[in-house]
Amino acid sequence: MATQSSRSAARIMMAPAVFLLLVWMLVPLSLTLILSFKRFLPLRGDRIGERGDGFGDFLLDYITGFPTLDWVGFQNFASFASSGAFADAVVTTLVIVGGVLAVSVIFGILLAMLLDQPMWGQGVVRILVIAPFFVMPTVSALVWKNMFMDPTNGLFSHLWRAFGADPVVWLSDVPMFSLILIISWQWLPFATLILLTAFQSLDSEQLEAAEMDGAGPFARFFFIALPHLSRAITIVILIQTIFLLAVFAEIFVTTGGAFGTRTLTYLIYQRVLESQNIGLGSAGGVYAIILANIVAIFLMRIVGKNLDR
Amino acid sequence: MARAVTTPRKALNTAIAWTIGILIFFPILWTVLTSFKTEAEAIANPPVFLFFDWTLENYGVVQERSNYMRFLWNSVIIAGGSTILGIIIAVPAAWSMAFVPSKRTKDILLWMLSTKMLPAVGVLYPIYLLCIELGVLDNRYALVVILMLINLPIIVWMLYTYFREIPGEILEAARMDGASLKDELLYVLTPMAVPGIASTLLLNFILAWNEAFWTLNLTSVDAAPLTAFIASYSSPEGLFFAKLSAASTMAIAPILILGWFSQKQLVRGLTFGAVK
Amino acid sequence: MGRITLQKVQKKFGDVEVIPPLDLEINDGEFVVFVGPSGCGKSTLLRLIAGLEDVSGGQINIDGEDATMVPPAKRKLAMVFQSYALYPHMTVRKNIAFPMRMAKMDPAEQNKRIENAAAALNLTDYLDRRPGQLSGGQRQRVAIGRAIVREPAAFLFDEPLSNLDAALRVGMRMEIGELHKKLDTTMIYVTHDQVEAMTMADKIVVLRAGHIEQVGSPLELYRTPRNTFVAGFIGSPKMNLIEGAAAAEHNAQTIGIRPEHLDVSTTAGKWEGTVGVAEHLGSDTFIHIHGIEGCDPMTVRAGGEVSVKHGDTVFLTPQAEHLHRFDAEGLRIA
Ligand SMILES: Nc1ncnc2c1ncn2[C@@H]1O[C@H](COP(=O)(O)OP(=O)(O)O)[C@@H](O)[C@H]1O
Ligand SMILES: [Mg+2]
Repeated sequence: MATQSSRSAARIMMAPAVFLLLVWMLVPLSLTLILSFKRFLPLRGDRIGERGDGFGDFLLDYITGFPTLDWVGFQNFASFASSGAFADAVVTTLVIVGGVLAVSVIFGILLAMLLDQPMWGQGVVRILVIAPFFVMPTVSALVWKNMFMDPTNGLFSHLWRAFGADPVVWLSDVPMFSLILIISWQWLPFATLILLTAFQSLDSEQLEAAEMDGAGPFARFFFIALPHLSRAITIVILIQTIFLLAVFAEIFVTTGGAFGTRTLTYLIYQRVLESQNIGLGSAGGVYAIILANIVAIFLMRIVGKNLDR
Repeated sequence: MARAVTTPRKALNTAIAWTIGILIFFPILWTVLTSFKTEAEAIANPPVFLFFDWTLENYGVVQERSNYMRFLWNSVIIAGGSTILGIIIAVPAAWSMAFVPSKRTKDILLWMLSTKMLPAVGVLYPIYLLCIELGVLDNRYALVVILMLINLPIIVWMLYTYFREIPGEILEAARMDGASLKDELLYVLTPMAVPGIASTLLLNFILAWNEAFWTLNLTSVDAAPLTAFIASYSSPEGLFFAKLSAASTMAIAPILILGWFSQKQLVRGLTFGAVK
Repeated sequence: MGRITLQKVQKKFGDVEVIPPLDLEINDGEFVVFVGPSGCGKSTLLRLIAGLEDVSGGQINIDGEDATMVPPAKRKLAMVFQSYALYPHMTVRKNIAFPMRMAKMDPAEQNKRIENAAAALNLTDYLDRRPGQLSGGQRQRVAIGRAIVREPAAFLFDEPLSNLDAALRVGMRMEIGELHKKLDTTMIYVTHDQVEAMTMADKIVVLRAGHIEQVGSPLELYRTPRNTFVAGFIGSPKMNLIEGAAAAEHNAQTIGIRPEHLDVSTTAGKWEGTVGVAEHLGSDTFIHIHGIEGCDPMTVRAGGEVSVKHGDTVFLTPQAEHLHRFDAEGLRIA
């Protein structure tokens, strides 16, 4: 299929996508990297060149490494890493990612198994279960925060009162639990859908053979179904991790990072846009990039293997 | 795995599955129902489920107060524009990778995937700064480009996996029949790939519609889409449940309907073809 | 017109030389069959002629003009693929019209040619169907229809019948043969099936590992195979190749005798053996005989009425005028 002319055509047709993504990756990354070594506090009067000079001058500043900003070496990295906020944020991030992963994988497997059973109206149930995934993150966060978790008028407070209990102030009393609940509600459908797809590709003859060999339902689940699912589970974990590390809107809308719900993403966002300590935030950004890349490497290995087939 | 089971067993499955399904769907259902209540009914204790005075009043108020149509229009432009632009750029690239593979194809695909994994917050300030310097902060066309770039790897991947299922011989036949490269793409490949292109469009439209990091951080008034519109309800209007519900329903209804059509493609698109 | 000449044409995939430099002459109006075992480079050679692959060296001339660098669309060749490669989203009519549409031919002329092709190929009733609604044989005919409306300089077929069942294959073989007689256009036909090659070709090109082993008419190849490979490849059942003492007797490394050129007797003959399996086809009987030195089993083609059974002792005598002799390199000794 490949002649010289089709190969050169292919190169030309691939060029726009490759070029755009290259720019999209390299320019912001290099900016973050440069800025992470700089002192840059716009609120205290630090400036990149003279503002309003036009884009050409900005480019010049960029190429020359922003000479108007002081070079501070690894100071930003050191102070970002040594602040108590960083350690807390890492813990918070890990708890949220881990919690949501646990909920969505465990319940995802159970739900997928359930949905794979013969029943009436399977298509409709599938749709019901998948729907939350399509709900805008700001909507789901707000609906949960107000209509369910509001301590005076929320549905949960009605429910608690109906049983004579005191309503829980969800987002401040058990903020992590509440966030994990909200985010899991959004991601459980994704896990279920992928695990269900994997389940359905399980060869029924294999299960029947195992049954003939005398394997009970538990043995069949642990020795045949689970190994078959292991790839799908790995993929669910890796992809969700990528997305969960970046969770933003749910926190932005519910707690605004208060009550110990400040994740690494949110911390960096606050440093950069709220307190406008760009150098510090950029150093945090570099940490976040490194963290995401560790996960990404594993995901790419799996996807890459799949390509060779 | 499915096979014949006894009717009572099937009835039990059905009962459990429906209960769980409705439980998971309940927040959406409750939101839609509440949007038709008055504010008093919305916070009533005990809650009213179906037997209340159905009213459309909230929808009118929301539209009037916050100019819902403008946010909707921004969402449509941003999600639609970024998706279509992405497809136009991705089709030729995916054609190249699927039909003229080279040693580097796999590396390029994986590299594209890796750009998708760049945490947004890591490049938040640079993008913010670039938008300011270019004078496109709070500009919906800037968001069209940014969301296109974010979703481009997924679009290329999805199209690539669909194209790979098309036999190369058909494109070669077109070449023998005298078709130029443009004819081959326009009259043979694209029509054959319509289902794949449509599902790619759909999924990426949904992802762009729901994108809530860049749309929240790079817009304020002019370019704000529905994600920002809803975020603005976070307080204190959020305590008016009926209006919040009406606004929410309007923000998610279009996408829920599209989403139901794209469940199957969702798996392929979000796992980069690794689960089938 | 359709005279195709290959000069020193060579193809490498990376470092692997699939086609070492070869020369070949295909005359106008000829039906040429490339035959050889699977993986020997037949398709690659055809695709080089089509322009779907670049040559790594050498030159391809079509009607006297250098076409080596001409893209496939401009070579005036039509190709029928093994998978038919029909456009699934177009009706039969649109499929057949596609090359004419690409050539921006006048619509009235297009229609005339479509009608003619459809009538010739029995497709008139199916013009408005999609390929998915047709049987394998019908799809094959559409692919041929799409090729003939362009009135190409030559037709290229890559194993066009291998996806059809046996009965249909025989029918299509004859249809393609008749088409060739009617159009009188050059056809290059690739197959791994020597029966197809023998029945259809004016000229057979036997390939092995990218080399041309022999070029000639079917009968030439049958009567005077140039080496042991061609001898074993052409003819069914295969020629018996005998080594050792029996060959030395004829001053050869190997001698060959076709199953139909052996006389069978239950009483006396040159070689003695025992019957293994006897395949009764009705018209003929193929007997596989064990225990003859230098060739085990030896196959004999006997009359349909021969009654031998497993374990019988038989005697074979080769017909001397049909004996083939080969030297240590496997080349024919004249
Ligand atoms: N695109 C390619 N890249 C590398 N090797 C190839 C390619 N196409 C064919 N080959 C190799 O060339 C040889 C000949 O293939 P082919 O021409 O398809 O054989 P045939 O059609 O006779 O069965 C085979 O060994 C095959 O593996
Ligand atoms: Mg072949």
